[in-house]
Amino acid sequence: MSVLSPPRSATADPPEELVVVPARHPWRWAGTALVLVLLAQFVHGLATNPGWDWNTFFGYFLEKSVVEALGTTLQLTVAGAILGFLGGIPLAAMRLSKNPVLSTVSWAYIWVFRSVPLIVQLLFWANLGYLYDRLQVGVPFGPGWSFATADLVSPFGAALLGLALHEAAFAGEIIRAGLLSVDQGQHEAAAALGIPRHRQFFKIVVPQAMRAILPNAANLLVNLLKSTSIVYVLAIGELFYQVQVIYGRSGRVVPLLMVATVWYVILTAALSILQYYTERYFARGAVRTLPPTPFQKLKAVLRK
Amino acid sequence: MSTPVVEVTGVHKSFGALHVLRGVDLVAHAGTVTVILGPSGSGKSTLLRSLNHLEKVDRGLVRVGGDLIGYRQAGNKLHELSERQILKQRAGIGFVFQNFNLFPHLTALENVTEAPISAQRKSKAQVYERARELLDRVGLSDKADAYPRQLSGGQQQRVAIARALALEPQLILFDEPTSALDPELVGEVLDVLRDLAAAGTTMIVVTHEIGFAREAADNVIFMDEGQIVEQGPPAQVLDNPQHDRTRAFLSKVLI
Repeated sequence: MSVLSPPRSATADPPEELVVVPARHPWRWAGTALVLVLLAQFVHGLATNPGWDWNTFFGYFLEKSVVEALGTTLQLTVAGAILGFLGGIPLAAMRLSKNPVLSTVSWAYIWVFRSVPLIVQLLFWANLGYLYDRLQVGVPFGPGWSFATADLVSPFGAALLGLALHEAAFAGEIIRAGLLSVDQGQHEAAAALGIPRHRQFFKIVVPQAMRAILPNAANLLVNLLKSTSIVYVLAIGELFYQVQVIYGRSGRVVPLLMVATVWYVILTAALSILQYYTERYFARGAVRTLPPTPFQKLKAVLRK
Repeated sequence: MSTPVVEVTGVHKSFGALHVLRGVDLVAHAGTVTVILGPSGSGKSTLLRSLNHLEKVDRGLVRVGGDLIGYRQAGNKLHELSERQILKQRAGIGFVFQNFNLFPHLTALENVTEAPISAQRKSKAQVYERARELLDRVGLSDKADAYPRQLSGGQQQRVAIARALALEPQLILFDEPTSALDPELVGEVLDVLRDLAAAGTTMIVVTHEIGFAREAADNVIFMDEGQIVEQGPPAQVLDNPQHDRTRAFLSKVLI
C-alpha cells in the first residue's frame, strides 16, 4: 500500500496522510477459482484414466528409435527453415524490385507454392522420376552432365525440397512485409547521409524490419516443425512416422501419439524461448525501456 | 563574391499532372544563410530535396560546390550518375528533416557516427571523438547513449543536426526543422541554427519562423506556386515586400 501526502492547501485543513485502498476485484477471484477447479479435474483425469497408459509412454519417450526419429524431424526442420528463408530473401527482393519481370516471377512463384497443399507437393517431388527419369545440368545446346533422378532425389531429398520450396513462398512474404514496415523516412535519411546501399539495407533497414519479421517467422518455423509430420507419406522415419510404426506393432495408439505430442510441445517451447530473446534484442530503441524478462521478474520476487 | 556553393538554373519538376517547380533559379554563396518562405504546396520542400537529388528534377541544372548533382555532362549530353556516385555527392550535403528521421535502433551517438564511418570511411576513434564534440555543441553530451525514443522532439532534432554536421558538409539543408516541435522546444533548435549561422555554415532553411529569417538570414526567398516571387535581404523582403503575394502571405504570418 502506498501513502500519499496531499499538497498543503491554503485552507485551514491540517495536513494529514491519506491511505489509498486498492479497488477489489471479486469476479477476478471467482474466475481464478473456476479455472483452477477445471485444471485440477483435467490433471486428475490424466493421472487416473488408465487409457493414457503412462507406463508405455515413459517406456517409449526416450526409446532409441524415437530419439533417432526426433533427430530426423529436427534435421528436416532446421534444413527446411534455412533453405526456406534463404529462398525467401531473393523472393522478397524480387517482388519489391522495380523490374516487372523479376516482380512478376516472384509473384507467380509465391502464388503457386502457396496454393499447392504441402502433401500434394511432396508427392509430386517423390514422383519426379516418373516425369523426368534423368536430370541434366549444362549449357543449353552445349555440353552437360546427366543424372538419374532416383539417384539425385532420395525420399529425404524430396521431402526437404518440398518443405523448403513451400517455406520459401511464405518466408518471402514475411520478409517483404517486414521490409515494407520500415518507414520511408528511414530510407530517405540513410540516402541523404550517403550511406552505401548494402550498409543502408543491413544496418538501417533490416534491424528495423526484424521487429515485424520475427513474430511471423517464428510462427512459420513452428508450423514447419509440425509440417515435417506430413512427410510420413514418403515413408521417412521422422517422429510421427516412427510412432505410427510402433503403435502399428503394439496397438498402443494413444500413449504413442502422446510421445510425439510431448516432443512437439517441448521443441515448440524451445523455439518460443529463442523467439522471446531474439525479439527482445531487436526491440532496442523501439520501446523506451524494455520490460523485465520472466527470469528477471522471478529473481525480483525471490529477492523480496 | 566567390563561386557560389549552390547554383540552381531553370529547374522544373512535376508530380504527375502537378507542376510543382516552374523554372526556379537560385544562388547561395559560401557562409551565407538562405531562408525560403512560402505557403504550403509552393514547392519549397521539393526545391530543397532536389538540391541533394532526393527528388530528380525534370528540367534544369543543380550544382553544389561546382559539381552537377545527379548527372555528368559530356558535350551536350547529361549522363545519369550511378547510385553510388549520387550517394557520394550526398555525403557532402547535410539534410535535416522535419520529422528528424533518426535511426530508432541506434543510440544518439551511433546515429551521428554511422555515416562518417560507412560513407566517408573515416577512422572510428576520430569519428567517435568528433561525434561527442558535436553532441556537446548541440547541448546533448549527456544523451550520447540514449535511444531517439528516449529523447524529446527538440533533442531528437538536435541529434539530427549533429548527424548532418558529422559529415562536415559544405552545405546543410533544413526542411522545416521546427515544424514538428512543441512551441516550447522550437527555441532550442533555433538556437543551434543561429550558432551554426554565426559560425559561417552555409545553410538553406525552409521554415515558417519569420523571426529566425529576420535575425539570421542573409537572403530571404519567397516562393509561391513553384516560382520564386521575390528575394533579397530580410529587411527588404520582410519589411518592404514588392509583391502583393508576398505582402498577403506576410500579413497572415506576422501578427
